[in-house]
Amino acid sequence: MFNRSAIVNVRSIGHHTVNGLWRLGYASRFFGLILLQSGTSFRRLRLIIRELYFTGVLSLIIVLVSGLFVGMVLGLQGYQTLQTYGSESALGVLVALSLVRELGPVVSALLFASRAGSAMTAEIGLMKATEQLSAMEMMAVDPIARVVAPRFWAGVISMPLLAAMFSAMGVFGGYLVGVVLIGVDEGSFWSQMQNAVDFREDIVNGVIKSFVFGVAVTWIALFEGYDAPPTAEGVSGATTRTVVTSSLAILGLDFVLTAFMFRGV
Amino acid sequence: MQLRKSARNRTNMQAFCGTDGSPLQCSPVLIADIMAHSDSLVEISGVNFWYDKRRPILSGIDMAIPRGKVVSIMGISGSGKTTLLRLIGGALKPRQGQVKVAGKVMHELDREGLYQMRRRMGMLFQFGALFTDLSVFDNVAFQMREHTDLPETMIRDMVLMKLHAVGLRGAHRLLPSELSGGMARRVALARAIALDPMLIMYDEPFAGLDPISLGVIGNLIRRLNDALGATSIVVTHDVQESLKMVDYVYYLSDGVIVAKGTPKEMQASAEPLVHQFVYGEPDGPVPFQYPSADYREDLKLDA
Repeated sequence: MFNRSAIVNVRSIGHHTVNGLWRLGYASRFFGLILLQSGTSFRRLRLIIRELYFTGVLSLIIVLVSGLFVGMVLGLQGYQTLQTYGSESALGVLVALSLVRELGPVVSALLFASRAGSAMTAEIGLMKATEQLSAMEMMAVDPIARVVAPRFWAGVISMPLLAAMFSAMGVFGGYLVGVVLIGVDEGSFWSQMQNAVDFREDIVNGVIKSFVFGVAVTWIALFEGYDAPPTAEGVSGATTRTVVTSSLAILGLDFVLTAFMFRGV
Repeated sequence: MQLRKSARNRTNMQAFCGTDGSPLQCSPVLIADIMAHSDSLVEISGVNFWYDKRRPILSGIDMAIPRGKVVSIMGISGSGKTTLLRLIGGALKPRQGQVKVAGKVMHELDREGLYQMRRRMGMLFQFGALFTDLSVFDNVAFQMREHTDLPETMIRDMVLMKLHAVGLRGAHRLLPSELSGGMARRVALARAIALDPMLIMYDEPFAGLDPISLGVIGNLIRRLNDALGATSIVVTHDVQESLKMVDYVYYLSDGVIVAKGTPKEMQASAEPLVHQFVYGEPDGPVPFQYPSADYREDLKLDA
């Protein structure tokens, strides 16, 4: 009895491992195809611009409002802690570095995965379920070139821009709470921030992070949609997987990137 | 060239059948003779297909679809009809045998060759498969914009002509979500003929339509085929509507062609399977009951 159950368990583990590896291989091939078929998107920029509106512009509200609140909370919490050491004038530095290095790229990527990533998965999944992708194939139009690649590049382009706007709004939120509400000296808030934030070390690294998150989230979202079983249940499962997998990928990649970028700082 | 051949076929038909070349008015023997000697656009020989070898989907399929004709592939759900259509379109590769379209073996074509071939094919999907984010106009214009460098003014005229042919010129600004099922199917038909294809494939074009839309679609399939000099393959299980307008029928069951002939031959067929299908009898070779255990046993009546 025990032996049979052990065999079933081992077989199940083996099956899941093989399945996981197969899906990873399929997803990698899918990523390769996107890059290979990207020429059409760049030759017909209006395809990317249209998707930029849906993924980037329509995500602006949630990103800007969230950025403002995150910055305001940072202002409040930072002031409480810095005040203990009499360093409240460094509030600008704390707010800016937290946002530019970590919170900006990470939180905006998480918001992007929930707002735009899930929408991409659902859209592609439904296109597949309603045979729109098959119809395109039958019309001698490659769906990866026409549908997937423009969305991929729109996601990759919009992610760093959204992260930058999130950080800018966050800094403004910190300013509102720290300077306008609490009364921290405005001059030291801005000047210390300018002195402490390094363009190469902080801003460029933050942009690199958000670029990597953009690639990961968009790739996962598009793959899940493209691979979704063509049923209502299949599309809903794929949408959930997009949010869960993207969020984990963002946090995992953030750790790896931070370890490489800021280990000596 | 293709138009000329089609016209020649029609002339042959008229010589055999009289006035309008309508196959329904011809002798079945003569029709079969014409079919046997026509120049076939699609030739399927010895095709076997399976996903799991223990459960074959298509076995030993031999079929010829003559140019200029409307040929129906009938059979109950799960008989392999759509798979056959996908093999003809090159979406699937046969495990054995070959599918030739216009003299080219589909599974031997590279990607570019396959796409070249598909530019000369049109396909109507079961529920239309219209692009939901594009208007009716843009759906029909899609292939013209993708595959040609025609100026937008010319594309506009062509799209309106195609929509006029299916009676929906006035609906060109609507979105697919604003169309009824029958209208969506007609728009999909206009899109399928956008580039005047040599072969038009219909996957269950009558599914879920009201009687009026059903008649309209059936009529359009026949008229457009003749007007364009195209060849049409209609996969369907709507017997009455399709027998009215097709030239020839292949009947598939469990992946095998069990009967073929003109609509009249099919209606007169003594083959039990065909008879049950054509007359929609609830019981026969295709049983009403899914295989199950003894009824009394299931209801525990013996206890």
